[in-house]
Amino acid sequence: MNISEMTALETAEMIKAKKISVKEAVNNVIDNIKKNDNKINAYITVTEENALKDAETIQKKIDSGEETGLFAGVPFAIKDNICTKGIRTSCASKMLENFTPIYDATVVRRIKNSDAISIGKLNMDEFGMGGSTETSYFGVVRNPCDTQRVSGGSSGGAAAAVASDEALFALASDTGGSIRQPCSFCGVSGIVPTYGAVSRYGLIAFASSLDRIGAIGRDIKDCAAVLSVIGGYDTNDPTSVKNTSLDFSQCYDGNIKDLKIGIPENYIGFITDTEVKKKITETIKIFSSLGAETEFFTLPLSEYAVAAYYVISCAEASSELSRYDGIRYGYRSERAGNISDIFVNSRSEAFGEEVKRRIMLGSFVLSKGHYDDYYKKASQVRTMIKAEFEKAFEKYDIILAPAAPTTAYKIGENISDPLKMYLGDICTVSVSLAGNPAAVIPCGMANALPVGVQLIGRAFDEKNIVKTAHAFQINTDFHKAGKGVV
Amino acid sequence: MTDEKTIAYLEELSKFRLNENEKEKFKDELGRIIEYIGKLNKLDTKGIEPLSHPFIYTSSLREDTIQSSSEREDILKNAHDNKDGCFKVLRTVE
Amino acid sequence: MIYETVVGLEVHVELSTKTKIFCGCTTQFGGDPNTHVCPICCGMPGTLPLLNKEVVDYAIRTGLALNCDITRKTKFDRKNYFYPDLPKAYQISQLYLPICTNGNFEIEINGRKKQIGIHEIHMEEDAGKLIHDESANHTLIDYNRCGVPLLEIVTEPDLSSSEEAAVFLEKLRETLMYINVSDCRMQEGSMRADVNVSVRPAGSDTLGTRAELKNMSSFKAIRKAIEYESKRQINILVGGGMILQETRRWDEAKEKSFTMRSKENAQDYRYFPEPNILPVEISEEKINMIKNNMPELPDKKRERYIKEYGLSEYDSSVITSERNLAFIFEKSVIICGKPKEVLNMITGEMMRLISETGQNADDVKISPEKIASLVNMISEGKINRTVGKEVFEEIFRNDTDPEKYVTEKGLMMIEDTDLIEKTIKYILEKNQRSVEDIRNGKTKAFGFLVGESMKALKGKADPKTVNELLKKLLIK
Repeated sequence: MNISEMTALETAEMIKAKKISVKEAVNNVIDNIKKNDNKINAYITVTEENALKDAETIQKKIDSGEETGLFAGVPFAIKDNICTKGIRTSCASKMLENFTPIYDATVVRRIKNSDAISIGKLNMDEFGMGGSTETSYFGVVRNPCDTQRVSGGSSGGAAAAVASDEALFALASDTGGSIRQPCSFCGVSGIVPTYGAVSRYGLIAFASSLDRIGAIGRDIKDCAAVLSVIGGYDTNDPTSVKNTSLDFSQCYDGNIKDLKIGIPENYIGFITDTEVKKKITETIKIFSSLGAETEFFTLPLSEYAVAAYYVISCAEASSELSRYDGIRYGYRSERAGNISDIFVNSRSEAFGEEVKRRIMLGSFVLSKGHYDDYYKKASQVRTMIKAEFEKAFEKYDIILAPAAPTTAYKIGENISDPLKMYLGDICTVSVSLAGNPAAVIPCGMANALPVGVQLIGRAFDEKNIVKTAHAFQINTDFHKAGKGVV
Repeated sequence: MTDEKTIAYLEELSKFRLNENEKEKFKDELGRIIEYIGKLNKLDTKGIEPLSHPFIYTSSLREDTIQSSSEREDILKNAHDNKDGCFKVLRTVE
Repeated sequence: MIYETVVGLEVHVELSTKTKIFCGCTTQFGGDPNTHVCPICCGMPGTLPLLNKEVVDYAIRTGLALNCDITRKTKFDRKNYFYPDLPKAYQISQLYLPICTNGNFEIEINGRKKQIGIHEIHMEEDAGKLIHDESANHTLIDYNRCGVPLLEIVTEPDLSSSEEAAVFLEKLRETLMYINVSDCRMQEGSMRADVNVSVRPAGSDTLGTRAELKNMSSFKAIRKAIEYESKRQINILVGGGMILQETRRWDEAKEKSFTMRSKENAQDYRYFPEPNILPVEISEEKINMIKNNMPELPDKKRERYIKEYGLSEYDSSVITSERNLAFIFEKSVIICGKPKEVLNMITGEMMRLISETGQNADDVKISPEKIASLVNMISEGKINRTVGKEVFEEIFRNDTDPEKYVTEKGLMMIEDTDLIEKTIKYILEKNQRSVEDIRNGKTKAFGFLVGESMKALKGKADPKTVNELLKKLLIK
């Protein structure tokens, strides 16, 4: 098997069996970055020296017969809104261009304990705000399948890196669809666990009640394995949950007979590309053929999800991003005559347009006289949307939906119309509001561009999602296509 | 359309200033977005409890035990300016 | 037209928990700048607040002491504003569901008892400290204090004068110290108050427009400020003007209040629920446990001392005015069973020494066993009062054992009447002139001889005994 075709777990096995060296695995990825990343721009920071040093250390451990972690020697990368001690963490913003965290995020600590090797920090939409990485201070991430097109966002760099063999898996975040939509656009697999299943300590917040850390990988087994390493209760995150089970060992028998899959019809209606619609329909048939029961139903409240999501996420973001004032860290403007200038000028000069737009919208919905009509209202709608999902899950084990209304669009196509961009999140934001887990896996190509299908599960029932996705992947090879570099 | 006054107020709350171009753009864009959000009013939410956490479970509280604080040089590491162990800014008038 | 003054207070109290409200940094006062901080209290990106269990318990205890209802499911909210001492640019506080509501606190003013309503008590975090350097045109920021837990106690506008406000604050301070939630050290800033003052025609029901004076930290200044504000507002109204609802700054030197020039007025705090802190559920068991373990409140203690130890109301007030003094008093009395003697020692010698050494009454550590032992020695006549004072100072300053000290220094009273007689005889021989004077009716010399005898006996004899023996010997 070609090293470029191996999954993270397969690579780990080969490394442990000493069939390939850690250096080989790491250099393979680094070579790809050197060859192609100037075209793709998936990385903001590449930590080559550290990676090679770590490779040496891990190889020594393996050679000496010492016990090593699950991902020993496997090269991976981290979305640049997750804190890495001593390594610049920029959130793709001028505001944090020179920010170096003094601590590691919990997920970074845990994945490092499994002896995986970090190659660097991945490009994204500024502070997670966007669906295409076109808002990144460091330039857009180009889709490895067609570099004229976006990789999706905000975890565009993570999806593109895994798709182009510039990392074997990635840690990323999802607030309104930021893992799921890029996975769909780039043809890779990703999983977003239930809110609270994975610690957010060290994730630079966009919207605290919506942010989640998840994994992007070559197949769902890789994603699940990453989840089992990074997930679980953390005393540093007061919203993390005790007693979650992230043991996926029993999920791989491929048997989904009698699994009840519900498909919300109105979500199919969200799809604007007929080719994408075709792929989703075919996917439903495949699940049927594997023994699952498939049925259409509706989630009518999803019509209101984009509105509710933007009110809540922007409100929280406006508060969350207020700490960037140029005093303790971050960009400080040179033109400052007094303390007020320091705040105003630094923020004016260092925040991008989309970030400013969302902060202002957030300030608006929380401001005097508007709180009840906007923020409180949206929070009430959120309760209703959550209840609607819970009701659906009384009947179904998995809800199947598209991950995006289209395939990857051309760079520049939507960026001048913010509302249109926001509406592109329609397939994913309801799940974000409800807090349920979801995975996205490739399910074919439409006009030579990848299409992903979204599998949504009950709260804390990641196991069923992994089982379902895995059954699909051992019976198809969509997740194997679409890799490679343009 | 969002009016001049609202934009100015939001700039004040958000602590940044838009340039003339951005101002014009935002007046239109924010206006349209806020209009779109208005569709939430079509839903009857009387008596519905607003959601602030996706899942309500027992909060776990921390024991009152002293942990070691950070090294001061780490705390100051990312600051633009510091003096005598403090963060330094232009004089703030109370 | 007669006007009356209406005052409401928002008292901020720093809790004496070991760690801050949302992180494990120490709350210890002082310390080199920025050495009691961590990524959480500095507001570094990616950090999350970890609520201190003890802060919740202290808040419940305070609420119970102030007769409040305890909210069974209490929540936190964000108060958003920009200021350099606020690292997250929001303060985590409580607006919608504060932990305590609807309480009352009794004060005694001019012999009359008055109930002051407590509107609510809520938990929040303190901000950092700004150090202004005029000459160099910069400000330095120290975040050590950032995150120290605060309780904000908000009264109803039930106070009617500067005197009532002062009495309220004194009693509140005493209570908070008694229940061990704060050391209430005004000079260290652990108790501060925002003072809201308005005036209205006497007997009116509606409230006038109020002015707010923020962050006042001396009771004296608060009294003066209320009196000044009241006069200022009445003058405006009498002159036909209108009171502005505003925040004002008290200038201690000029003894006047001034409009604050900052944008403090009409701030839009954009409160919304804090997403990172789940609602805190408070069980009946927890409340009962705290209730049952509540330290005895000052009023109850005062009454008990009057009943149990026969102290006067005045004495009881004095000894219970500081929690630590009452503690030392009671422990000593339990051992020696002599309340009046212990009382006198504490209110006399100990208070004097506390003042001399510049300590806080609260910090004094002294052994009740040693005090009891000293009291016994004096009342049994083993040493006289003068020696008693000396020994007490030794105990206070050096924790000396009184019995050992007295023995080593030979300070015991002389009981041996033969020795006393011998000494007096010797004095008489040395002072023939005085003896002559006495025989001639000059009684002043008698006192002189008593004095000389006492000197010779190094003060260690009972003056009564010396008097009697001297008389006897003179007659001879």
